[in-house]
Amino acid sequence: MALQETTYRDALRLALHEAMQTDDTVILLGEEVGRYGGAYGVTKDLIKEFGADRVIDTPISEAAIVGTAVGAAMTGLRPVAELMYVDFIGMTMDQLANQAAKIRYMFGGQIGVPMVLRTQGGTGRSAGAQHSQSLEAYVMHTPGLRLAMPATVEDAYHLLRQSLQQPDPVVFIEHKGLYTMKGTVDADAEPVAWGQANLLRAGADLVIVTYSRQVHHALVAAQTLHSEHGINAAVLDLRTLNPLDFDTIRPLVEDAGRAMVVSEGVMTCGVAAELAARITEECFDFLEDPVVRVAGEDIPISVSPLLEQNSVPTPELIAETARKMFP
Amino acid sequence: MKNTTLPQLYQEMRRVRTFEERVGELFVRGQSAGSMLHLSIGEESAAVGVCARMRDGDTFTTHHRGHGIFLARGADPDRMMAEIAGKDTGYCHGKGGSMHIADMGLGHLGANAIVGGGIPAVVGAGLSARHQKSGAVSVAFFGDGATGQGILYESMNMAALWKLPVMFVCINNQYGMGTRIDQATANPDLHERAAAFGLAARTVDGLEVEDVVEAATDLMEQARGGTPAFLAIDCYRFYGHARKDKSPYREELEEEEGRKKDPVLQAREKLLTTGLMDTAELDALDDEIAREMDAAIDFAIAGEEPQMQSMFRDVYAPTEPEPEPVRTRLDRILAQG
Repeated sequence: MALQETTYRDALRLALHEAMQTDDTVILLGEEVGRYGGAYGVTKDLIKEFGADRVIDTPISEAAIVGTAVGAAMTGLRPVAELMYVDFIGMTMDQLANQAAKIRYMFGGQIGVPMVLRTQGGTGRSAGAQHSQSLEAYVMHTPGLRLAMPATVEDAYHLLRQSLQQPDPVVFIEHKGLYTMKGTVDADAEPVAWGQANLLRAGADLVIVTYSRQVHHALVAAQTLHSEHGINAAVLDLRTLNPLDFDTIRPLVEDAGRAMVVSEGVMTCGVAAELAARITEECFDFLEDPVVRVAGEDIPISVSPLLEQNSVPTPELIAETARKMFP
Repeated sequence: MKNTTLPQLYQEMRRVRTFEERVGELFVRGQSAGSMLHLSIGEESAAVGVCARMRDGDTFTTHHRGHGIFLARGADPDRMMAEIAGKDTGYCHGKGGSMHIADMGLGHLGANAIVGGGIPAVVGAGLSARHQKSGAVSVAFFGDGATGQGILYESMNMAALWKLPVMFVCINNQYGMGTRIDQATANPDLHERAAAFGLAARTVDGLEVEDVVEAATDLMEQARGGTPAFLAIDCYRFYGHARKDKSPYREELEEEEGRKKDPVLQAREKLLTTGLMDTAELDALDDEIAREMDAAIDFAIAGEEPQMQSMFRDVYAPTEPEPEPVRTRLDRILAQG
């Protein structure tokens, strides 16, 4: 197999396919995952190979989909439940936050819930206020849930494979704007370890800490900052928000003395808020400037592409903000 | 399958009754860790009658009023009482308590403090049983209050659609906290809802435990064969919702009438009138059970408290780093200055 050109979507499918091939206990369940092939095509044709007993089309019952996965995971299966849009997570929150996340703890360590909840979020398809949100903070705010958010084609494959090996429930949030992104996957290569951030661009002046699609916006901004302003910004892709790899963040920020956090989620009480608070607490003596949050506006997402695009950080906003940190 | 002679059923019901009475005492003596204690006195035939038809390898979830079910499935009263007292010697090392007790060895996938919260897990367990060809049934026990939750209907629909070995047991004690069933639903014939989803469904009066066993036998067999089942068991919650609740929302007369529907006394009377047991034998059995449950209280009280450090354990798997305690973090940060 080795190196192959593929897309974010196909890399996800490859990971599911390999997991199902090597582990008979892996099952998929969710709305439209079977015959339809997934709302975004991730599970296309898997039902043909693995059958309707392992690729299970469900009714539109998000709470019971997650609850079923919880019970299956407790009794020997490794379910991958799909939530078509992360915006529907409210429907499932009891099963996710009160059941999946707390079962190991409440039951004194007797059993874990090794399930993966795949879903996707974010803007980019003019999908409106109920299909465009970035709700990772809900998950990150719940101890017991792991949270993975792949930004690259490589991670679409490797992070999903790694998620399927975790002993605890993993919420795996894809970005709807990335499915057609091209890249390469080397299934045989040693991936970046689970729970470890990936420094995608080095830079001595500023550290941009981000994840998911904003990684790409940050990389564009970093290029502009370098070529047009001589500012060298590092871009760190967190890959997982739980575990959070602060050991990689700390030395980078201490060296640069400046940090910016970029997140598509709304600013208030969001992931960016948590990251900024931690960096401020942990690296206070090294900081030249306040840690800056470049995050989603505290508003719902509009259908209008113009309003939608400007509701979340853009490469321009990231670059412009960074420039202001160097008067 | 367990012996289901009436003396055996009486013994199991008496154990549940006495256990619950001792839980109440533990609370009064200030030895119970939880402020949330929900007794199943009056509902013993439901727990004992259905569990009489469960087998090794079967799994189940319960609601917050589930002591009796767990006990009827073979739980150790010592470790149950210790868990209710929040001790390290309890089933969940004091982290779960009355409402989150569980034991994988006995197939108990967990009591639940969210009304209806444990129901969909049996659909998942049913999928597992089918995948593994284990022949196991998974049973969700819940109260009439849970019939107000959408998750019940989502779960029944999926179980029926996929023909899973799953059974739904609704212990209808007439009250969801302080609201009587006829104030919470326009159609109190609860099994009709399950029938509408395609489940084998019926309602049974819980006064005679043998009636419950008979209904459970039929439905459990159907569930094991892939026709999911629903059984509503009518009974009366003798006491308040929780230990401190004096039931101001219902009349004393109603309570007096309700408590006449006593499955434990009913079975005792029947044992006497049929001559299966005499008073001396019954008294001796009751005394033996009282000693067993007294010992459970002693075990609970004597149990060790959990270690403070265990607070950070089991949030994640033991192979994973534990969360950093707030104090440790603050000491580290403030030491930098």
